[in-house]
Amino acid sequence: MTTDLFLSNVGFFVMGLMALAGALIAVSQQNLLRAALGLILAFLGVAGIYFMLEAEFVGVVQILIYVGAISVLILFAVMLTRGLMRGAGSGHNSQWIGAAFVSLLLFLILSAVALFAHWNVTATKVTTDLVPKIGVDLLTTYLLPFEAISLLLLAALVGAIVIARE
Amino acid sequence: MDILNNLFPNLYDWLAGALHALLAGLNLVKDAENAIVATIMALVVVVVLLLWLVLMVLAMIWFERKTAARVQDRVGPNRVGPWGLLQPIADTIKMLIKEDIIPTNADRLVHTLAPIVTAAPAVLAFAVIPWGKGMFPVDLNIGLLWIVAIGSIGTIGIFMAGYGSNNKFSLLGGMRAVAQMVSYEVPQVLTIVVIALLAGSLSLNKIVDAQGGMGGFGWYILAFPVGPIAFVIYYISALAEVNRTPFDLPEGESEIVAGHHTEYSGLKWGMFYVGEYFNFFLVCCVAVTLFLGGWQGPILPPYVWFIVKVYALVLLGMWIRMTWPRFRVDHLMAFAWKVLVPIALVNIILASLFVTYALPALKQMGLF
Repeated sequence: MTTDLFLSNVGFFVMGLMALAGALIAVSQQNLLRAALGLILAFLGVAGIYFMLEAEFVGVVQILIYVGAISVLILFAVMLTRGLMRGAGSGHNSQWIGAAFVSLLLFLILSAVALFAHWNVTATKVTTDLVPKIGVDLLTTYLLPFEAISLLLLAALVGAIVIARE
Repeated sequence: MDILNNLFPNLYDWLAGALHALLAGLNLVKDAENAIVATIMALVVVVVLLLWLVLMVLAMIWFERKTAARVQDRVGPNRVGPWGLLQPIADTIKMLIKEDIIPTNADRLVHTLAPIVTAAPAVLAFAVIPWGKGMFPVDLNIGLLWIVAIGSIGTIGIFMAGYGSNNKFSLLGGMRAVAQMVSYEVPQVLTIVVIALLAGSLSLNKIVDAQGGMGGFGWYILAFPVGPIAFVIYYISALAEVNRTPFDLPEGESEIVAGHHTEYSGLKWGMFYVGEYFNFFLVCCVAVTLFLGGWQGPILPPYVWFIVKVYALVLLGMWIRMTWPRFRVDHLMAFAWKVLVPIALVNIILASLFVTYALPALKQMGLF
């Protein structure tokens, strides 16, 4: 195993462990704010995996949007909802056997898809600056999704202003 | 003159060569030897950068107290060393020996982690700044976006501080601070888009290289009318991002006790204090890199030019702090959304027109 491969495996395991630890904290904590902080750790782990895959733009945008905006939104929502700050009680109810079975099934299906599907791997390694290429593609090949997303953003902004005015 | 200009890159190369010579005797695989030398050199760069930043912050603390004193027609600290130069060290020692208090019903883990989450992103963002010719720790080709993204992590730390203190004033101050920081990120990023348009790249090294025309004075702040407007909007939103007066409502003492760092003492409060200076220094470094040409300049070595320009902006920020009163919280938000964002959007349109029509002509004339 070359040094390159060894180092990228080490990086992947560290970042993957961080994402898994964050996800475990997010689903098992009873205090909702601590769960939100675990979610932030999971987002940072996923961003680290993007950096290991040399998709730096996607990694940075993951940090900017997920940690910088969506997590702040979640924290505000938790803060401003009265009664959520007290403990949520026990984390289980009587349906946990069925839930465990369905989760195990989902895990098996996802692993089968990830390991046995024929993924389309590109043969060329991209070494040039990716950001201009992404920009050009957004405005030529993927113009329709781009405009649809901006329309969605406009609708969300107008909706937020209308709700906040009342 | 060339020796002085390339002093630090030459030191780096000499050290890397010495490490290679040291490890050559062990007969490792070529890849492994390169990886080990790269790791050790990266650690050396990180340690040197951290020590330099701490030295800069101590110098800024002294500078701020002396400037505040002179503006207020008094002398400032002058007992602890010659001209009070050892005062920040005395402050650090006092801060380190204070008792560490955690409020009774506070969430201990969140309360302890908050100062770290607030101060760490500022240090992370210094990795991409070009300190001189060839003196950049990392050359990310999305360097600009990295600084914006890392800056947005700091809001989480302030939230954690506000919640983890079990104190109504902390919670309110923390939420106000987060609302302010999130609102002022928008004009900040919109002005950074103008610089990306003018330079054609997001890499900070390419942006500094692109400002080399006119004998080292082809700075983007001189690109009328787009440059000065962008610089003013960037500087104002950056001051609001780092919670400096006149935007320090979340931490003003007459407003809300001390906002999100009311319940912190000792080294944790020190991390907030130092973190604020780290952030302010970072914002001035970024403004110098984007608008004032980074390390470009005639006769003097590049790193000297950089430090001089950064301290000029730091002096401007401190001057503003000493002379202007605070914003009220509703005025703060209205100013960001109703004044800065429209001007920044119009500025982007002007910049696109500038780049399409004026810039090729200016390039032919040899400017920019």
